[in-house]
Order: sequence, then C-alpha cells, then structure tokens
Amino acid sequence: MVMAVLRRLGQTLFVLVGISVLVFLVFFATPGADPTARIAGRNASSETMARVRVEYGFDRPLPVQYARMMEKLFVTRDLTSYVNRGQKVVPEILEAAPVTVSLVSGAAVIWVVLSVAMGVIAAALRGSWVDRGLMMLGLVGISIPVFWLGQVVNLVTQSRYHESWLFSWVPGLGYVPLTEDPLGWFRALALPWLTLAVLFVGIYSRVLRADLVAVQSEDFMRTARAKGLSPARVLLVHGLRTSMITFVSLFGLDFAQLVGGGALLTEVVFGLQGVGRLTYQALSNLDLPLIMATVMYSAVFVVIANAVVDMLYLLLDPRVRDGR
Amino acid sequence: MLLVVRDLTVALPIGGRLVPIVESVSFTLGAREILGIVGESGSGKSMTSLAIMGLIDVPGARVSGSVRFRGRELVGLAPRAYRALRGREIAMIFQDPMTAFTPVYTVGRQIDEQIRVHQKISRADARSRTVRLLGDMGVPDPERVAGRYPHQLSGGLRQRAMIAMALSCNPALLIADEPTTALDVTVQAQILDLLRGLRREYGSSVLLITHDMGVVAETCDRTLVLYSGLVAERGPTGALFAQPGHPYTAALLDSIPPLHGPRPARLPSIPGSPPVPAERPAGCPFAPRCAYAHEACAVRPALVASGVQDIACVLPAEGRPLPPRFVAEMSA
Repeated sequence: MVMAVLRRLGQTLFVLVGISVLVFLVFFATPGADPTARIAGRNASSETMARVRVEYGFDRPLPVQYARMMEKLFVTRDLTSYVNRGQKVVPEILEAAPVTVSLVSGAAVIWVVLSVAMGVIAAALRGSWVDRGLMMLGLVGISIPVFWLGQVVNLVTQSRYHESWLFSWVPGLGYVPLTEDPLGWFRALALPWLTLAVLFVGIYSRVLRADLVAVQSEDFMRTARAKGLSPARVLLVHGLRTSMITFVSLFGLDFAQLVGGGALLTEVVFGLQGVGRLTYQALSNLDLPLIMATVMYSAVFVVIANAVVDMLYLLLDPRVRDGR
Repeated sequence: MLLVVRDLTVALPIGGRLVPIVESVSFTLGAREILGIVGESGSGKSMTSLAIMGLIDVPGARVSGSVRFRGRELVGLAPRAYRALRGREIAMIFQDPMTAFTPVYTVGRQIDEQIRVHQKISRADARSRTVRLLGDMGVPDPERVAGRYPHQLSGGLRQRAMIAMALSCNPALLIADEPTTALDVTVQAQILDLLRGLRREYGSSVLLITHDMGVVAETCDRTLVLYSGLVAERGPTGALFAQPGHPYTAALLDSIPPLHGPRPARLPSIPGSPPVPAERPAGCPFAPRCAYAHEACAVRPALVASGVQDIACVLPAEGRPLPPRFVAEMSA
C-alpha cells in the first residue's frame, strides 16, 4: 500500500515536470518568436533589448533558461509579469485561487446532489414520463451555454428585477471572501454556483441513469432481488454503489479542470477574479510568465485530482485494491 | 405437496406480439424431493424457474396458469408479499457464481444482508450464522472467507457461499439454475454432493435446472424434460433413463458418452436446432428433428400417462414405444 502511494507520487512528479518542460518550450523556445522583443516592447532600442536579454537570461542555453524559470516560479516566487512590470505572478495566482475554489466547490456540491437524485429517480421510474421529463431537462441543461445563462441571470437579478422582493438579496457582481463575511460569500456565489452547476447536473444525471439502467441487467442485481430485498434497497445499495465508480472518475476530472481555470466563462460573466479569468487576461496580453504560472497551477490540480480519484477507486472497488 | 405448478405459461412481447416462451408446463414437487428440469438452451427451463420466483421483469410479460406453494397461489401475488417469500421460503442459486455476487461487498456482508432483511437479529448474530453456514457448506476457514470479496474466491468457494446465502433463512424450496455449469468437474461433483445432502440436513426440496443428463442421473429423484417450452416427458429418473418414452429424451441420453465398452468415434447428436419460440410448429415441436416423425405428429400430442411416466408423444399410444435402454449403472 505504501509502495503504491509512493509510486503514484513519483508518477505525479514525473508528469508535472513533463508538462512544465512542454509549456516552457512552447512559449519560450518557439522559433521566430523572440520573447525579448515582446518584453522590451515595440520599436525598442538595441540597448534595451540587450538589457532585457541579460535580465531574463535569454542569452543563455535553453536548459539554463528553463531552470531559471522554474526557480523563479517555485523557489524564489518572484517571477514578474511582462505586461505589468513589477507585478509578481505567483502571489497573484494565490490570491485568485480561493475565488475559483469557492466557486467550483459550491457548484460541485449542487451538481452531485442534484444529479444523483435525478439519475436515481429517472432510473427507478424508467420509461415513465418522470424519467423522460428529467432526462429532457438534463439535455436542456447540457445545451445551454454557460455564458449566456450567466448573462440572463445577471440581467434578471441585477437590473430588470433587482428591486423586486425575489432578487433584492442578490449583491453586486464580485467576490466576498469567506473569512470576512460568510453570509456575504454565500450570497455573492449562490447564483454563480447554480449557473456553473446546470451543465454538470445535465451530464451527470444522464450518465448515472444510463449506468443504473445498464447495471439492472447484471446477474448480481437479480441475486439481490432473489434475496427478497426491496426495490429501493436493490437500486441504492447494490446498483448505485456499483455505478458510483464511473461517476467518481468523471467527477475527479471535471472538478480538477474547473479548479484549474476551466470555470473561466462563469468567472468572467460574474466578475469573479479567479484563476480562469487570470488565465484569460494572460492569454489576451500574451503575458508569458503569467501563462506559464497559470498552466502549471492548472496542471498541478489536474494531476493531483487524478491521484485522488485513483485513491478513491481503491476505496470504492475492492477489485482495484488487489491490482486486478 | 410443497409446490404444484399447473399449466404455467410465460409469454414475452417479441416483435409487437406476445410469444409464449413456456407453454402449459405442469409438475409437482414433494417435501425433500429433488426434481430435475432438463432441456437445451432456450427450452424455457430458466424462464420457468424465474416465473416461480416472480423475477420476470420484462415489461409486458404475462405469466398465467397456477403456481401453488404450500397451498398459496403465487401467480399474481402482490410484490410485497412475494418479497417476504423470496429468499426466505424460496431461494435461488444461479449459474455463474462469478457474476452473481455484488462485486463491491464482502461475501459475508451479502449473506448477513439476506438474513437481516427477513429476520430481526443483530449484526453480530447474523454474522455468526453466516460463518456457521459457510462452515456447513464445507468452506475451509469460514470466518476469513466471510470477510473476503467475491473476486478473491475460487469458483467452487463462491458457489458454496452462494448456496450458503440461499440456505441462510432455511427455505423450504431451493431453485438451483445450472449450479455446476460454470465449475470444473471435480468441484461439480462436490457441489452436487452438497445439494443432495441438503434434504437430509435442512429438509429442503430442490428444483435442479440443468442441461446435463449426467447431473440428473446422479442427483434427481424425478425428472422433467422440457423441449421448446413444452413438457416432453416427466417421470421418476430411474424409469425415464431405463425406458425413455419421448424420442427427444432418448436422443439426450444417447449424447452422454458411455463409461464402458468401445468408445464411439463420434457421439450421436440431434440434427438441427430447436425452433425459435415465435416459429414453433403447430404440431409436435420436436417433429422436424425426430427420426420417428410421421403424419400423426402434425397434431400437437397431449401429455399422456404411460406406466410411471407421462409422455408427450404419439408412439406409446400407437403401440410402438421406444426400446428400453441398457443402463450399466445407476447411482441414484
């Protein structure tokens, strides 16, 4: 068990190094794209160019450049932005991360609870109008673009009906830290949570229903019924528990990519200064250090989430535990 | 009689119409008796057992006729009442012990679950009963086995655990659907021994469903031969093996490799394959494959008594029954 965990950690580290090398090469060693020119700005004099080149180490070989970049990113953490000179990149991300984590965690709670409920009810009433209605609702949820939904929510709650009793509790756009004002945090995030969760409720409830229906024809479900268990117990204790394995792996990946910056559209629409929005800014300004940092941050999350999912597998499926 | 089945018919919707899979099957099962139901794949033997268990869940399926268990009618029984019966008074073991246990729970937990659903006893008491049952089924180190997951056990152990689970509430009737098919030969023999011992130790009657005539000869008191969803022949196993009345029974017996004498180059087999339920002929369903087929077979033969057997064939009535077979040894 300890060996397995250690091996897993080693793999994780290896993947992270690989990603950092790739990202570095793509942004700093692409032929024809001289990072010096980007930093020095348009029509810069040759002296300025030379100074920048020395400062960032662009006159040294690539491995040295890579090592310096990693040092600035992880050890001294004083990598500065190209666009806003002097702005340190790492603290900027550390400041944005809690916003994204708050947004995604809340949405995840909503989408897990709702999709499990919807999937189970639909599977239990398979073929009925309830089943068809719920699955149709799920499909609608999947089809609605999140930025459009966000804009409509804002339109309704921020301007048109903001004064009505229904939406007067909705604060202005933006983030309120949990530690400062828990109630304010909740109020600021409630609508973004719901908006972000809609898509995933749709996907997850449909996936879970399909899994539950497929599991119905398994021999062990027939055994469970032959034992004299109630239909609810057969479905929940034997069916749902077994179907959870797919659900968890899907959840791990989606959660990680959202925390890693995938909630970009929701963050932009609701004015939340999260990692997604930071990535978006970095990309539109071609702010290489910031891009480097956000990509590394996101990679760390995806890789860690994968490791966590693997650990959860061990808990959920005894067959994996024995390495089968 | 523990179980009296009369004209049991199971029809499933296929291609927009109800097609009878099992037609007018009748038999009885006494206390401590082992009845074998034999037939090829698709003969309706598993469907018969699922109908008795009330486990046919195909939407639109229709079960008619009568199944009386201890005098109580099971066809049309309310789901809740059926549930109280299933696992407690009628238990079932399935063909493939590999897939019949839920993979994510330990074997012991699954047996405990069945006990605790039907009886109000504590977790610890249920577990001690589980361990005792596993021990009774010849499982070595039952305490440890109860804590294992299904995939960690061998096929034989899993099937023993399955039988332990089926017997956990002391059912009066045990339905065993091809319990030895997925196991290798030595384990098969052990499991059959176990089933035979059940009537002595637990007083259970067993409905043994199989396609293996050898298993029937070794285990069953009486035998029911199904062909294409219809009863071909039924009677005491010894009589049926000594003088099969239906050509299908005789053909099945011919396909058992002989234990003595010269080895045949090729075992006789029955030409053709059984008709699909939707295209069953109006007359005798076996006629297209039967060496004795003649005009009289165009009318479906009724099940008529001939000695101790009941035979759905015109030959005995026409005064030319099949010849008796030389039975070298009968262990039953």
